[in-house]
Amino acid sequence: MSESKPRWLTILDIATIAIFAVAAGMVFLYAPLEVSMGQVQKIFYFHTAAFWTGMLGFGCSMVAGIIYLRTHNHIWDVVELAGIEIALVFCLVGIIAGSIWAYPAWNTWWTWDPRLTTVTIMELAYFAYLMLRAGIDDPDRRARFGAVYSIVAFLSVPLTFFSIRLFNTIHPVVIGSSDPGAAGTFDMTSKMVTTFMIALLAFTFVFIDLLWHRIRLGKLADKIEQKKLSLSE
Amino acid sequence: MNVVTPFVRAMNAVIWKDLASEWRSREMVSAMLVFALLVIFIFNFALELNPQVRASLTSGILWVTLTFAGTLGLNRSMAVEKDRGCLDGLLLAPVDRTAIFFGKAIGNFFFMLVVAAIIVPIYSILYNVNLFNPGLIATIILGAWGYVAVGTLLASMAVQARTRDVLLPILLFPVAIPLLVAAVKTSSGFLDGSPITDFVSYLNILIVYDVVFTAVAFMVFDSVVEE
Repeated sequence: MSESKPRWLTILDIATIAIFAVAAGMVFLYAPLEVSMGQVQKIFYFHTAAFWTGMLGFGCSMVAGIIYLRTHNHIWDVVELAGIEIALVFCLVGIIAGSIWAYPAWNTWWTWDPRLTTVTIMELAYFAYLMLRAGIDDPDRRARFGAVYSIVAFLSVPLTFFSIRLFNTIHPVVIGSSDPGAAGTFDMTSKMVTTFMIALLAFTFVFIDLLWHRIRLGKLADKIEQKKLSLSE
Repeated sequence: MNVVTPFVRAMNAVIWKDLASEWRSREMVSAMLVFALLVIFIFNFALELNPQVRASLTSGILWVTLTFAGTLGLNRSMAVEKDRGCLDGLLLAPVDRTAIFFGKAIGNFFFMLVVAAIIVPIYSILYNVNLFNPGLIATIILGAWGYVAVGTLLASMAVQARTRDVLLPILLFPVAIPLLVAAVKTSSGFLDGSPITDFVSYLNILIVYDVVFTAVAFMVFDSVVEE
């Protein structure tokens, strides 16, 4: 086991930076200006892509949690934690970017729209996950509890979404203010679709790259923990 | 039948143990009850519940009260097992560990229903509203089961952490939100006497939540307690 950085990871780093630069360039130079919202609509590309990364991360952590409970292979615990940490950051980015967009578009920073509410509750659930892990010293137990909670938390997300969406169909005030992409507040031209797809691809690359880095970091942290344990014995 | 019997016997033993110890000490239910009453009184003054406001808030207040009191009970029920090493004793018993989970969960469910059975009439008397509604009772049963199923699972993890008392609500509330939203909406639907088609989707969410999380707890409880 060499501890030097794998060559493929360096290549992936460079590729990620390149495709991200292309995506950013396309957002600002290639994609047409939306008529009614203007420049601020451009947040949409990265805002949605950030949530895409977030959902990838949480989904990945649940799968890793299930595999961990079946195999008890420690690497899946590292993957699970990596997925959740990355997803937490990207969902936060998505929420903040959405807020910045919402102020000019909806004339408010925040509404109790189902998507907004669900994402925030999801963030809270995964912060609770981190607190649960922080409270347990035994690495084996920490991994098991983490896996269980990552499954429970991910399963509750769709239920939260549906329960709040029903809520809002009874209060029609909120209905108009749903996601522009979904409710068709603006129609995407083909150039916008291309830009959006490239942005998604760029964020997927960012996710894989960060995940790899974080897994490497997790493995190194494990190694240090084991060395410390063997010293104290 | 032979396959089921040891499971059921173990489960009954755990339920019986919990009920007997609670009957002798009366610690948990009385604490939950007093707490629940205090929450109702706090709501009364914090929200200045005049009759118009109250009518739309009844089910919300009932559910917040029940869930807060429920958290207290869940914490306590697992903490007593952990404190004197009872949990280790239970786990040493050569029975299916899922039976232990269901035993604990049904015990907690029972305590929550006892609290509800006292709180709801008291609320009716205090505010002079009639809450004796079969729909509301069914909703409380469904809601309490879902809450207790996921709560017992999370409580058995929370008690093993360093920050156990503060950890349970933080773990439980984010994942219990769909249950609470659905329970509050279903209850107020029944209380308003609106046609069931208006809120049947909430009732469905409540049932789906119960089924999903009972199944999850059933599958993962083993890995929570294994040592």
